Amino acid sequence: MSASRTVTVASSSGLHARPAKLFVEAVQGTGSTITLAKGEKSVNAASILTVLSLGVEKGDEVTLTAEGGEEEQALDTLEQFLTTDHDA
Amino acid sequence: MTDLTGTGIGRGIARGPVARMAALPAPPQDVPSQLSPEEESQRVAEAVQAVAEELAARGEQAGGQAKDVLEAQAMMAQDPALADAVSERTQAGKTGEWAVFEAFDEFRRTMESLGGYLGERAADLNDVAQRVIARLRGLPAPGVPDPRHPFVLVAEDLAPADTALLDLEKVLALVTIEGGPTSHTAILAREKAITAVVGVAAAEELTGGEDVIVDAAAGTVITAPTQEQIDDAEQRIAQRAAVQAAPMAPGALADGTEVPLLANLGSPEGAAEAVELGAEGVGLFRTEFLFLSSDEAPTVAEQTESYTALLQAFGGRKVVVRALDAGADKPLSFLTNTEEENPALGLRGLRALLADEQVLDDQLTALAQAQEATEADLWVMAPMVSTVEEAQRFSELAHAKGLKTAGVMVEVPSSALLAEDILGEVDFASIGTNDLTQYTMAADRMLGSVSHLQDPWHPAVLRLIREVGAAGQSTGKPVGVCGEAAADPLLAVVLVGLGVNTLSMAPAALSDVRTELTLHSAEQARAVAQAALGASSAAEARKAALAASQA
Repeated sequence: MSASRTVTVASSSGLHARPAKLFVEAVQGTGSTITLAKGEKSVNAASILTVLSLGVEKGDEVTLTAEGGEEEQALDTLEQFLTTDHDA
Repeated sequence: MTDLTGTGIGRGIARGPVARMAALPAPPQDVPSQLSPEEESQRVAEAVQAVAEELAARGEQAGGQAKDVLEAQAMMAQDPALADAVSERTQAGKTGEWAVFEAFDEFRRTMESLGGYLGERAADLNDVAQRVIARLRGLPAPGVPDPRHPFVLVAEDLAPADTALLDLEKVLALVTIEGGPTSHTAILAREKAITAVVGVAAAEELTGGEDVIVDAAAGTVITAPTQEQIDDAEQRIAQRAAVQAAPMAPGALADGTEVPLLANLGSPEGAAEAVELGAEGVGLFRTEFLFLSSDEAPTVAEQTESYTALLQAFGGRKVVVRALDAGADKPLSFLTNTEEENPALGLRGLRALLADEQVLDDQLTALAQAQEATEADLWVMAPMVSTVEEAQRFSELAHAKGLKTAGVMVEVPSSALLAEDILGEVDFASIGTNDLTQYTMAADRMLGSVSHLQDPWHPAVLRLIREVGAAGQSTGKPVGVCGEAAADPLLAVVLVGLGVNTLSMAPAALSDVRTELTLHSAEQARAVAQAALGASSAAEARKAALAASQA
């Protein structure tokens, strides 16, 4: 089973620095396997290095894909994270 | 007990336990592993876990923004993408060290190529890799140690990045294995008045936790000190503390010859602290801070406001303001040409100001207005003067604006040799020893490979200073020194012996210099200076002066 959702990132510094770290922590907290995709590129969302390498900016559309049970719940949590401005 | 010897910086003494700054681990070799892939993965996993925990613990302790940085580093250490890349290599029979080195390097390069914020994080990743490799080899983590109590820091040498992280409250003294009196460590020690002995080759043997006495005045590190040595050190530490806490007397020699001690400042904010540390005025106020961050020169009104604030902070005391010193290492888009091949030998300092006199005219106008508005004794001087004509031109312009006292900086051998003629045109001279050394030795002061030549103790430099001191005496005009040299207590005695009337330095150095001056009469200072002048190298001059000062 897997589920996907497309979200617009609200954080004013995108997924850089502190928000990236907090996002990866949130991903690890879900217990699901999460993939983050921007455009053609898709990466393991539990890796801060690959998440940083996507260079996600504020206003970018990203797609989250969850596998491994409790997918919808994991996606709800992460969607909420990405649509909140963590630098405000 | 053993005495390890090196070059003492300043006259301080300290006692405490050693903490070593671990060197960076050498890069691993790609040799086949003697262990099974599973054993290698296990070792790496343990090392990564330990490094991540240590980084997180340091972050917890540091708090604030450092906490975020350290926690992000801890997260990088445990990154699953990195773990996969490491595991791929251990599976192929590589050692844990090599696998970590190569996998982290690959990610580091990717991040660097992306630039910007990520490029900056590449250095963090490098640091994590070095920590993991050190841990795999059973070596202490590289970088400044954090034993959580005051310590004597022992290092190969300190890089600027290391000193930025130093908790100066905890560092009792600095001991370096490499480095000389002009190394970055020595400069830091002088600026912050930290007890230091540099170039102590035998400090290689010192181990963490060992109790040592660091005696900068003698240039020694005493290991396994006897009770007698400990008592002596404790007594001298207490004496120095008492001298530094005593009411500040004006700078003077043992026979009462006055040697006003002044501060070098780069912004008006430092004024209050300088007064507190006993500065009798300002011997060098650098005005670059007003200009460096802007694309155009600040207005006369803006400058007047800044200069007035500075002069007010010093009440009726003397304040020597240096006209804008742009060029070479301080380029200014609106004034200097960055296309020059040798900017230190180019259109810089007064040369640049005379090429575009409006900037100088505005600055002198603002200074004259500040002089009118306050009680301070304002002196104005021109940087990088190399001819009598330049000195004359600056003096005319400054006096025409109503500035009472106009002088020049002696930073070029030509102006030292022509000091008498130059002093005939101006009211005073101030010797900038850093540039004078650079130009005398033909050694770029920003260049590490020739830094051993950047030593104001060099007799060639001292002999030029002698010319200026003699010219001051024959013309009756004051000669000061503002530069690294004045902050070295023994060299300060030499400078006074060469005829220098005032000394200006980083405020933290004032106390040690004041104390040293009280130990010598004018006649003794001249004898110490003579001893130094007769040497043929900087090291010999220092040694000869030390011997003469103890005679």
